[in-house]
Amino acid sequence: MKVLLGVGGSEHSQRALEETIERIQETDDDLTVAIFDSEEVEATATDIEAEIRSTLEAAEVDAEIRQLTGHPGGELVQVADQEGFDRLVIGGGTRSPLGKIQLGSVAEFVVLNAETPVTLIR
Amino acid sequence: MSGNRSYPGDVSGPFPTPPHEFVDEADRTIVVRVAEDDREALVGMYEDFDPEDRAQGIPPVDEGSIRRWLDRVFEDDCLNVIAWHGEDAVGHAMLVPDDEDAYELAIFVLGTHQSAGIGTELLQTLLGHGKDNGIKRVWLTVERWNEPAIGLYEKVGFEIRNTESFELEMAIRIAEC
Repeated sequence: MKVLLGVGGSEHSQRALEETIERIQETDDDLTVAIFDSEEVEATATDIEAEIRSTLEAAEVDAEIRQLTGHPGGELVQVADQEGFDRLVIGGGTRSPLGKIQLGSVAEFVVLNAETPVTLIR
Repeated sequence: MSGNRSYPGDVSGPFPTPPHEFVDEADRTIVVRVAEDDREALVGMYEDFDPEDRAQGIPPVDEGSIRRWLDRVFEDDCLNVIAWHGEDAVGHAMLVPDDEDAYELAIFVLGTHQSAGIGTELLQTLLGHGKDNGIKRVWLTVERWNEPAIGLYEKVGFEIRNTESFELEMAIRIAEC
């Protein structure tokens, strides 16, 4: 299976990366990590990429890494749908002060627009 | 949550304050009280909760998660009121501070006691209790398909603020700045 993981550098995308790595270690799926610009995150795409590389190396998982520019949700959907991916994985969902789950704008866009099946990790 | 939330200019109210006793539309005597050490009654209520009445992941499903969530909403800076029918907790409403000097509100009524006016009284009593404690601005989110809830909030004075995301955001002012 070809898996595309969208990562914006937030805490929940870090969790999505960790869970995807665990899954890949069992299935040997083919992983691509796409880094997008997230408004909520201050780290640069280069910093995020370095962090992802070290996490992947520590887990001994091979993956292609690429940077997306432009509208994050739109780019993720386009890559997933047009390049033959079987699954699009994203983190998403912050908690309100009293604990309600709230989907981020990228997660919401992807869930509504992707034709590729989406796994939302929260 | 965004920092640019706006609130109605007009102050809503007046609201009843706890303890607040009333007879619901099914002739049951209900009392809304400030929650004291009633955690066990609430755990029981939430274990009986109908899955379809959950909202955006709360209340959680299993007992351990329910307890952890109640720990959060019972922290010292939060306000909680409970609707009692005899010995049974049948409704719970809470105010939890955000980091912008406003409060997020949520309310849950047990399925057996819905559609009898309890939600309205519970909500109003929580807002009265909030005002007594110096709270001025309150907001909530609600799923956009949940018309009965949206109607209830509007009746009490909430106005729709943000329609851009999955959930509707609504806000109310209960005291002057």
